[in-house]
This record gives sequence, structure tokens and C-alpha cells, in this order.
Amino acid sequence: MEEEVSNLNKTVLFDWHRSKGAKIVPFSGYHMPVYYGNGILKEHLHTRRKVSLFDISHMGQIELRGPNVYSDFEALVPADIFDLAENHCRYTQFTNDGGGIIDDFIVTKQSDSLNLVVNAACKMKDFTHLKAHLEGSIEIEKLDNYALLALQGPQSAEVLSKFCPEIKNLAFMTKQNTLIKGINASISRSGYTGEDGFEISLKKSDCLDLVDILTREPEVEPAGLGARDTLRLEAGLCLYGNDLDESITPVEAGLKWTIGKQKRLEGGFLGDDKILSQLRDGPEKKRIGICLSGKVPVRSGADILDGEGRSIGTISSGGYSPTLQKPIAMGYVTLNSAQLNEKIQIIVRKKRLEATIIKIPFVEPNYYKTS
Amino acid sequence: MIKYTKQHEWVAINDGDEKATVGITDYAQKQLGDIVYVELPGIGVKVNKGDEAAVVESVKAAAEVYSPISGEILEVNENLADSPELINNDAEVNGWFFKLVPSEESELEELMDKEGYDKYIGDLD
Repeated sequence: MEEEVSNLNKTVLFDWHRSKGAKIVPFSGYHMPVYYGNGILKEHLHTRRKVSLFDISHMGQIELRGPNVYSDFEALVPADIFDLAENHCRYTQFTNDGGGIIDDFIVTKQSDSLNLVVNAACKMKDFTHLKAHLEGSIEIEKLDNYALLALQGPQSAEVLSKFCPEIKNLAFMTKQNTLIKGINASISRSGYTGEDGFEISLKKSDCLDLVDILTREPEVEPAGLGARDTLRLEAGLCLYGNDLDESITPVEAGLKWTIGKQKRLEGGFLGDDKILSQLRDGPEKKRIGICLSGKVPVRSGADILDGEGRSIGTISSGGYSPTLQKPIAMGYVTLNSAQLNEKIQIIVRKKRLEATIIKIPFVEPNYYKTS
Repeated sequence: MIKYTKQHEWVAINDGDEKATVGITDYAQKQLGDIVYVELPGIGVKVNKGDEAAVVESVKAAAEVYSPISGEILEVNENLADSPELINNDAEVNGWFFKLVPSEESELEELMDKEGYDKYIGDLD
């Protein structure tokens, strides 16, 4: 994971992170805060109890425009796009010919365009992929002048609605353009923590002002990528590069729910042969949740054995759960081994650790539900 | 006497005492962040200088702890099993890892003293 430090990008908040005592590490081509003075555990628990502010400006923001943008984009993703309402967001993936995942991201339908928020590490290949399939008919714009913040936690609506009351009842996975103390912002009710929260896209030049406004609120603390990772793991959300890659299909990843009704019937997207046949016959491997019996955290790459000691798969993400105060993990195992409550073993430093297959998510999400 | 390694372990031994105490430095615990698990060596195990003697797991990652000197493990800090955060709170006293009987006292002379270590970490930042 060593990266060439001298060539790294900085987000517009780099100096702000340093002034808040952040430990900065190279991540996906950027200098990013992994945690601030309080450390990952406290930032994690603060997000579950109150509100945390994350700088996620390293992520790619892309806008697609053109007369046939919705129908042309339809061919690149397993999700249905035609039935997505305006200002609604949907989680989907770019798939390759073999059904493997090139990237996973959120797409939002806008009045005459689509907005994508993609993984930092996949920005360039996504752009190349989009150009290869859409160039000529669709205008592809990288929103390089925009920053992205995530405000996450059970009190995030209370905090944000002080400045823009209209977002208080914004539905989960919908987006609204609004003003926060005179700053233009595009706010979606979404996130990567399992909590209620918002992702706020705004001009880089306005970002520091908004960060100052939000962090003046007593409930809000900054949180880094370390807590973002432990939070998403507890919520059972996939991390591209760990739990997803170009050899893993959405069916194998347990993302069947993201495949559109129309697409299931008719295909019509890259990798549809493989994905539809897996929907019909089942995949060969499957993502599972794992709870360790002891206290030793397991990390990605560790081997998974069945109760009889036969190799059945590999850990894709693992670590310590601050909420449950024990190690949890996700991994891929052969389909017939992927039974809930099955006893398995994980190999760490040549020792076999007892573990059990459990349901994902590990911690119940607290997404906003319209009453 | 307390000596330090470039891998950020400390080893302390009192004059006339037969056992040395080993831990990781405050600098090391800060770099690791919140520690959630420690794997300690077995009592009676003989380690050579530079051998992997313990593993510390932070929320983010695992890190090896190397024995600063050769010797036989006499005692381990049992408190770390239930309270690994002792290392974050008090790395250089109550967060010690293990005690060993040194087999090569001369090895201590090769390590850095406090002043040398402070200069060493000063240059790392």
C-alpha cells in the first residue's frame, strides 16, 4: 500500500486537517486524514452517537449530459435507470464483460444529466470506461472544482437543518440543491457509515467556510478515513479494492438487490450473460459476515477454513468493531459453505481462530425513514 | 537504565537486577493509534535480539514487536489481555509487554539512550 508521497494530491481541506491534529496518510493518490487527535475508536463512537464531519473530496464527482444520457448509461450498469425519479440516488456498479465490478458508486438523476460519485482509486479507469462507451453522444465532465463532505450521525439532520430547514425531511437516497448560509450546496441524504447523514457537494472555494460553519456546532467533530472504514464495515458495506474488484460480480458480492427488475428480465448491460446466469443458477462464491470467537482481529487476505479444516475462501475486509467491541470481518467462501451460523476457522499468524458465519450488517443501520 | 531501538521498543533494567522489562515507546503507540489486541510470547521462550516477540493490533493494522535483546521470557503483562488500551495510555510504564532474563548483557550497549532516541524520532517527523 506504499504510495509515492511526492506525487500526491491534496484536498482543499489539507491545511485544515493538519491544524486539527490529523494524522495524514497517502490514500488513493491523496494526502488524507486517517484520524485526528481523538483516534479512530472515539471518532467511530462519536459518529454513532452524535455527528461527524468527513472530508471525502478525494472521491470522483462526474456529470454526464446529453440527449440520450439515461438510456445510454443504462447499458453500463445492472441497476435500472429509466425508473429512477429525478433527484433520486441509486447505488450501482460499472460491470465488465465478465460481470466483474469495475467500480461501485452512487448515481443521481438530475433534470438533464446524471451525477456520479465514484471511488477515488477508480476515478481514472471510470473516466476511461465512460469515454470508451459514451464518447461522442454524451458529454463527460469531471467536477474537479468541487469538494465533497459527509456529515454523518444520528444528530446530523438536527445540525444541518439549523442552516437549511428544508433538508430535515429529505428522503433517504434523494438529493436537493440548497443554500447553507449563502453557500450553494447539493445535498443528498446518504453516506457510508450506516447512520443517518448527508453528503454535501460544493465548490472547493466554499468548502472551508462550510466546514467552519458546521464544526462550530458543538455536536460536530471531525472524523477521518479510519473511522469511515470501521463504520462501513459494521454497516456491512463493501469497500472497493477489498470486497469488490473486477473478478467479483454483484451476485457474488451479495448485491443482488441492486440489480434492476427490468435488467433481471432483459439484461442489456455489460456482463449481463454472467450475472443473469448467476441469478438463475447461483454463484460459485458468496460474500459472508464473520464474527470471531476471540479477540484477535483478522485482516484481508487471511484464509478461511470450514469446520473440518478445508480451505473455503479468503477474508476481504476485517478489523475491530468499536460498537460491538470485538473483531468482525467479511470474506468470500464457496457457495455451499456460506451457511449462516456455520462454524469456520480463520488463519492468523499460522494459528486457527474459531469464528462463525453471521448475517450482514453487523450493526443495524439507522437510515432516515420518512414517517 | 532505559535503552531504545530504531523499531521503537524500550528495554529497562535496574542495576543488579536479573530481569529486563520491554515495551513499545510512546511515539510508537501514537503511530499505531488505538490498540485493541496484543499477542505476547510464551513464558520460558528463548528469543534472540531482533526476533519477533509480540504482535500489537491497532484498529487499523497489525505491527510486530521485536525483542531489543536476547534472553528468556520470564513474565508477560497479563493486564494487556483485557486492557490493551494500557499501551495507549501509559506505553512506557504500565503498558510494558514482557520481562526477560538477558543472555547477552553487552547487547544493551548497542541500543540508543533517551537522548539518542529523542533525536532519532525528531528526525523521523
